Amino acid sequence: MYSDKVMDHFRNPRNVGEITEPDGVGMAGNPVCGDMMELFINVDEEERIEEIKFRTFGCGAAIAVSSILTEMVVGLKIEEALKIDNKQIADELGGLPPVKMHCSMLGREALEKAVEDYRKKKMATAGV
Amino acid sequence: MRRVYLDHSATTPVRPEVLEAMLPYLKENFGNASSIHSFGQDARRAVEEAREKTAQAIGADPKEIVFTSGGTESDNLAIRGVALAKEKKGRHIITSAVEHHAVLDTCEQLEKQGFTVTRVGVDADGIVDPAEVESALRDDTILITIMHANNEVGSIQPIAEISRLAREREITFHVDAVQSLGKIPVKVDELGIDLVSLSGHKIYGPKGTGALYIRKGTKFKPLFHGGGQERKLRPGTENVPGIVAFGRAVELAVHELPEEARRLEVLRDRLMDGLLQRISELKVNGSRIKRLPHNVNVSVIYVEGESLILCLDMEGIAVSSGSACTSGSLEPSHVLRAMGIAHEVAHGSLRMTLGRDNTTEDVDYVLEKVPAIVERLRSMSPLYGHREGETVVVQ
Repeated sequence: MYSDKVMDHFRNPRNVGEITEPDGVGMAGNPVCGDMMELFINVDEEERIEEIKFRTFGCGAAIAVSSILTEMVVGLKIEEALKIDNKQIADELGGLPPVKMHCSMLGREALEKAVEDYRKKKMATAGV
Repeated sequence: MRRVYLDHSATTPVRPEVLEAMLPYLKENFGNASSIHSFGQDARRAVEEAREKTAQAIGADPKEIVFTSGGTESDNLAIRGVALAKEKKGRHIITSAVEHHAVLDTCEQLEKQGFTVTRVGVDADGIVDPAEVESALRDDTILITIMHANNEVGSIQPIAEISRLAREREITFHVDAVQSLGKIPVKVDELGIDLVSLSGHKIYGPKGTGALYIRKGTKFKPLFHGGGQERKLRPGTENVPGIVAFGRAVELAVHELPEEARRLEVLRDRLMDGLLQRISELKVNGSRIKRLPHNVNVSVIYVEGESLILCLDMEGIAVSSGSACTSGSLEPSHVLRAMGIAHEVAHGSLRMTLGRDNTTEDVDYVLEKVPAIVERLRSMSPLYGHREGETVVVQ
């Protein structure tokens, strides 16, 4: 059902947890739909994602997507990270079953929300 | 690694006595039961013997047993067979919201052909209220189809009470007993039912075997046409080895039922109570009393069922879930939803169904492994309270 890579990331998820006082935090999905992801990012002066952590409620695919996404975007500039689409995430995992493709959207959406949150906070700080 | 199979409501292994009984009919006794020569007559005898065993197990007459390819075919044959035979009398069918898809989808198909279907609900334990069936009755009701026991939560339905309603009005009553056969008594006269679906692979018989009981005098139209086999009700060359295996499996299951059901109940309660003791915020799905002896169904709040299945599988434990992610659709189990269980709780459901190969040691092994898995998945879940007072309220 799942590729070896999905199972690897499900078994040993990378970057699980939270960042206390993160530069940005994003939440996507909801428990009613059966998957929900929370993404925390710290960004350096060059707007590079220097640290990223996640917490996910969801199926094997949702957890694997969260894990691989953190690996794919860490060290990237925000602009580059946002260019990654859900198909690339699925491809990186060696593919996802069709019914699970929506899980890859979840990762993408959580990242967008985290960046949005980071920008909002930055604006607020700049305004002071 | 220890392997513990706790998915006996999905399927069971063929038990040795059953395999032994069927093997000669795959090899030397390969005859077609319709042939006049001795090869054929050997096969015929075996088929009729299996029919007698099946009839005896459910308190029926052998002439009332039709062999099929399993539960799904029996349900289709029963519902469509009666609906098409009685459609001049009326086109209204009553079923429940927690039926197996073989029943629900067949009813839905009939709706498209002009029949009307009423689906009665269930209470929080997954049990149908006969009064609700009574109020759904109409002058044109021709068929009631309600399962004996539910495949997901093991709830046992008040079949005898519903059958009284059907009897008084000469409405045909079909019961899907796929999950109850061999677990609780299935006696057609005591239950007062007209058609019963049975399956072989849930009772240690091979897949692709089953039967439909049709009470003498029931108006019925076959769905297949061909040779005259099974009194023209289900033509096609008999699956002789499968039928022999089914007959032997039913015979053994019903013979061993009283003792095995008691044994399974002890294991079931040990597992359920053990989980409740070890895991906080665990919800039992279904009744604790009107429940099949081998069924455990719980929801682990804040985690998702498929993740639990995958983690348990890594420890050699095989279970199932009513989570959307295991259904092939994005909707969680229709059974749990009909019971009024919230989506997010249904997503965390775990079904463990015990069988004759399970022991106390198996149950204890599961009880040892589950808490750590739940703890790990909860620690990854954004819904779980990581800081005090932060738990997202899940109803």
